[in-house]
Amino acid sequence: MFLTVTTTHLPATDLGFLLHKNPARVNTFDVFGGVAHVFYPEATAERCTVALLLEIDPIDLVRRRGRGSRTPAAGGVDHYVNDRPYAATSLLSVALGKAFASARSGRSTDRPELAAQAIPLEATIAALPSEGGKDLVHRLFEPLGYTVDVASELLDSSFPAWGLSRYHRTTLRGTLRLADLLTHLTVLIPALDGEKHYWVGDAEVDKLLQRAGEWLGTHPERELIVRRYLRDQRGLTREALRRLTEEDDIDPEARVNRGDALEAGLERPLNLNQQRLQAVVETIRQAGASTVADLGCGEGHLIELLLADPRFTRILGVDVSVRALERAARKLHLNSLAPRQRERLSLVHGSLTYRDERLTGWDAAVAVEVIEHLDLDRLEAFSASVLGHARPSTVVVTTPNAEYNQLFPTLGPRRTRHPDHRFEWTRSEFHAWAESAASRFGYSVSFRPIGDADDRLGPPTQMAVFQR
Amino acid sequence: MTITIPELSLVVLVGATSSGKSSFARKHFLPTEVISSDACRAMVADDENALDVNQPAFAVMHAVASARLGLRRLAVIDATNVQKEARRPLVELARDNDVLAVAIVFDLQESVLQQRSRERPDRNLGPHVVRNQIFQLHRSARDLQREGFRYVTILRSQEEVDAAVVERQRLWTDRRDWHGPFDVIGDVHGCHEELVALLGRLGYQPADGGYSHPEGRKVIFLGDLVDRGPSTPGVLRTVMAMTRTGSALCVPGNHDIKLMRALQGRQVTVSHGLAESLAQLEAEPFEFRQEVASFIDTLVSHLVLDDGRLVVAHAGMAERLQGRASRRVREFALYGETTGETDEFGLPVRYNWAADYRGAAMVVYGHTPVPAAEWLNNTICIDTGCVFGGRLTALRYPERELVEVPAARMYYQPTRPLSAAQAPSERDSLALYAADVLGRRTITTRLVGNVTIPDENAAAALEAVSRFAVDPRWIVYLPPTMSPPATTANEGLLEHPAEAFDYFRRGGVEQVVCQEKHMGSRAVAIAGRDPGAIERRFHIASDAGGIVYTRTGRRFFADRAFEAAVLERLRNALDRAGLWDELASDWAALDMEVMPWSVKAGELLVSQYSAVASAAEQAFAAALPALDAARARGVDVGDLADRTQARARLISGYRDAYRRYCWDVKSVDDLRIAPFHLLASGAVVHADRDHVWHMATLARLASDADSVIVATAHASVDLTDPVSERTAIRWWEDLVQRGAEGMVVKPLPFVATGRRGLLQPAVKCRGPEYLRIIYGPEYTLPANLSRLRERSLGLKRSLAVREFALGIEALERFVRSEGLHRVHECVFGILALESEPVDPRL
Repeated sequence: MFLTVTTTHLPATDLGFLLHKNPARVNTFDVFGGVAHVFYPEATAERCTVALLLEIDPIDLVRRRGRGSRTPAAGGVDHYVNDRPYAATSLLSVALGKAFASARSGRSTDRPELAAQAIPLEATIAALPSEGGKDLVHRLFEPLGYTVDVASELLDSSFPAWGLSRYHRTTLRGTLRLADLLTHLTVLIPALDGEKHYWVGDAEVDKLLQRAGEWLGTHPERELIVRRYLRDQRGLTREALRRLTEEDDIDPEARVNRGDALEAGLERPLNLNQQRLQAVVETIRQAGASTVADLGCGEGHLIELLLADPRFTRILGVDVSVRALERAARKLHLNSLAPRQRERLSLVHGSLTYRDERLTGWDAAVAVEVIEHLDLDRLEAFSASVLGHARPSTVVVTTPNAEYNQLFPTLGPRRTRHPDHRFEWTRSEFHAWAESAASRFGYSVSFRPIGDADDRLGPPTQMAVFQR
Repeated sequence: MTITIPELSLVVLVGATSSGKSSFARKHFLPTEVISSDACRAMVADDENALDVNQPAFAVMHAVASARLGLRRLAVIDATNVQKEARRPLVELARDNDVLAVAIVFDLQESVLQQRSRERPDRNLGPHVVRNQIFQLHRSARDLQREGFRYVTILRSQEEVDAAVVERQRLWTDRRDWHGPFDVIGDVHGCHEELVALLGRLGYQPADGGYSHPEGRKVIFLGDLVDRGPSTPGVLRTVMAMTRTGSALCVPGNHDIKLMRALQGRQVTVSHGLAESLAQLEAEPFEFRQEVASFIDTLVSHLVLDDGRLVVAHAGMAERLQGRASRRVREFALYGETTGETDEFGLPVRYNWAADYRGAAMVVYGHTPVPAAEWLNNTICIDTGCVFGGRLTALRYPERELVEVPAARMYYQPTRPLSAAQAPSERDSLALYAADVLGRRTITTRLVGNVTIPDENAAAALEAVSRFAVDPRWIVYLPPTMSPPATTANEGLLEHPAEAFDYFRRGGVEQVVCQEKHMGSRAVAIAGRDPGAIERRFHIASDAGGIVYTRTGRRFFADRAFEAAVLERLRNALDRAGLWDELASDWAALDMEVMPWSVKAGELLVSQYSAVASAAEQAFAAALPALDAARARGVDVGDLADRTQARARLISGYRDAYRRYCWDVKSVDDLRIAPFHLLASGAVVHADRDHVWHMATLARLASDADSVIVATAHASVDLTDPVSERTAIRWWEDLVQRGAEGMVVKPLPFVATGRRGLLQPAVKCRGPEYLRIIYGPEYTLPANLSRLRERSLGLKRSLAVREFALGIEALERFVRSEGLHRVHECVFGILALESEPVDPRL
């Protein structure tokens, strides 16, 4: 992990005073994850460069992490083969803060006026990760006034087919205060990496605002920076963004209410998912069902709608993912529902490719955007389990209409809407499957569109309603 | 007086308060067998006299009784039970649990009861209560039999109560102590000629008007001896003679029962071949007809034999009804389960109970003619329609062999053509239930006995299987995890063969086989000689004639055409080697490694392995010149520069390490496939062959004609000979020097048992350069290595053994055609165990 900062401000060796580090020596100190060394590869009156070299202990890093983490991710910090010892990440950001603490806050004992002055600076970062490619590096640094030079190279010169490395040798040039450069690096390096070595908690929001409050509020990519700095924690992100716009409101008591209000404010016009859920609920209402099984209930979006209608006296949510069910239970406040509400709802862990006695005896079963997550040759097991064994009077199945995909500008050809979709069907493919399954298991089937239909390509989502 | 009760029954004590029921219960039953209303009241409300809590108290009483009966344990209800309304739920409870209800009535003099009641210190009920109860008892207790109590005993005085002895009787169906061997014969339907021929083929010889077996085997007739065929009297004479002499057992069929009723002069509809029987019997003496009727009358609905391992019944027996007694049990035994619908031939549609059968006992039955006897979930229907021109079939037990004789001709035109009969074949057993895999489960394996699967692991496996695995019919095996040896003391190394040899030597193994460990991806291939073979064995229509799947049951090659091409290579190799004929099989399961690693690990190589190298190279490329520059300026950089230089060199070692296992694959020709276990073929699991056989047999698949399938370099090592061991160590050093991942050390026998149980099926010994991919590029730095030495192998090894046992169990169940759910629970168990958090570097 390696970073240099160069100035050509005369006398360049004043850099040593700004950083409080003697150019004649190697300064070594402990940082999170290992040891940091500060030294000067060059120190002349015309040009002075300081280098920060981190020696990260990969074993210690894994073992520290291993104690708190439960899910080993390939290549993540839980793996001995990981990029943390080499790439410019939050570890570098933290070390930067420790090595140059006073410089970053703009203080200098010997050169206070120089610290407050914009000077020509050049920072070179080795192995700066950017999942978004070179472009993202430009987008993050250029709005802050830098001339940005990003070099890409092959991931492995022996295997050009593997493409370009996501690590970039990056040089930033600009005339600004040293403190600003260091602050920019502290915030933007972790934002580019998007993975943090320490737990992201509420305190992080404060830290971010304290560091970057001034310039981040007007940065065109502020949303992305906040999101990635806070590692895609939606709740935290929302909080940070809100506080960026209304700095004065910090009453913790008002926080909960404000969260709800924020939620309401974020309500957008009906999106496709809501249209889908409402169409499904409407269909089972029309079918006269009072007990409903939501097959593949996920986090319980449909169940929320079903609970709101008292005609549905019993509701079953089934999902193959225990984690999804746990989230659903939290989201639906399962443990604090009033007894009568609680009695209406059960959540069970199960699979739709296995027959399951718990799935029998329901008026209706719905599988909203589920079948496309099964391999085509496993659909047989789905039909046998749902239509053949569970046999509710009404079965509603929705799935994307592949024809419509060409109207999504960002979706490339031959791509599916979700990486886990094993297939997406045209209308005729879906009809053929549904009709054959219906006749095999003694159902009749009809089809309905969901969402605004295109004249030629049909609706974004298609729905089959099986009845017997 | 002796009161005889079935050992599994619901005993209801009936009598007014203070009539001595509780004392009687204490004297004749275990305390835990008796459920008293007093105790239940106390349990729910701290007061055994609190009559206002009767409702919840009785609910507890019924629940406990029901649970006991469900577990085949006697239950005694100690409550007054003097009202019919109080007894009705108990009769229903007995019926619901398919056990007989027994009533023991205490009808003592009122004066005795009144006096006792007055003397009771704890309860003051007043004389009217006792009187009232006695009145209710007398009013309602006359019809106990009609209420549904099969056995009723009335005790009319204290003397009778004191003199009573309770004798428990085994159920008629319980013949657990008869162990066979048996020859179970399906529906004979008057086909005497074929029966005689079949008995001959089974080795029976004429004796005492019937037949007997010189080795003492016994025939079990599955009923439907009569009707439709040419010689009902001949069949009956033979069977009756054999049962008389103890050479045969018999259960009744629906036709037999109907014939009996006709012979007893009861009103029956004469159809379905009964007319022939009656006409044939007309020619026999009256006494014979009488004898036939009483013979059939003595037959017991079904039999539970051989310590509960075998159940026979005419139309089969669901698990929850086995060894029980009720009208429902009898009906099931005679008719099976029907859905209430009729098919296009007007015949009742049968509910295929066998498809859902999950019992441990083998069930052999007849009743429904099928084109061929086929196993389904440990059940088999052996009515192969002899009278309809099919065959008469016998099942030899415990050998599980079928012996058949063809019908001399078609004696009776079936309503539904025999070929159209729906054989409840394995196809029906392809339905898997969530209950087959979810929750905490115990799987019994041949190799290590019970393996427990915790429910949270099962939950994780359910998601993995449901979302990613191929059709469960394919997955007859998953490879176990493999442990490394104990960490070596050798400097600069983590693993060395000496520790692996040591492990096996200490386990009592003298011969091991060392195999080159290929660095690719583990795969299991199922190859059929032709698509038909796969259809027959796996019940899957597969154009490719097989499949290749990963160690977690996912399809190995997403591209079906590619997969088909790989399978064709394997099939051709098996053809060339002549293995199909040699193994007498049209399918084979192979455990193997597919190379290069990059075929399956492409994603990982891009996102992790090469990425780390790329980041490291960039960092060192910038840091090294900077350090040089500082040193050139005269700054004392100490050993930092040298250390950084050394680390940079380790990165290039790391690059080389993973690059060796990567190459471009444009077609099947670029693949290398190294099979190392010939797991199973035909009806055989090759776990009884040693690893030298596996190596030698599979080496024959490699050929100059096809460079894709390669033999695995291997060496046998004698652990009692230090020279042999040293040679093997040099071999390993040479292998890893040349860039191999390392080697796998296996005991010579496929299954090796040491003093403390099953040994590891294999121990991997990885080379130092390869381990950079596992422990990180810089793991060989002394400061790092010293910390990595401490590794805990216990859990990994224990998992390897359990998973190995489950994998072999799955294969053995598969070749025994035990039904999909039986195979699936084992491989599902392996996946579940794999979700256990273990150090992933081991």
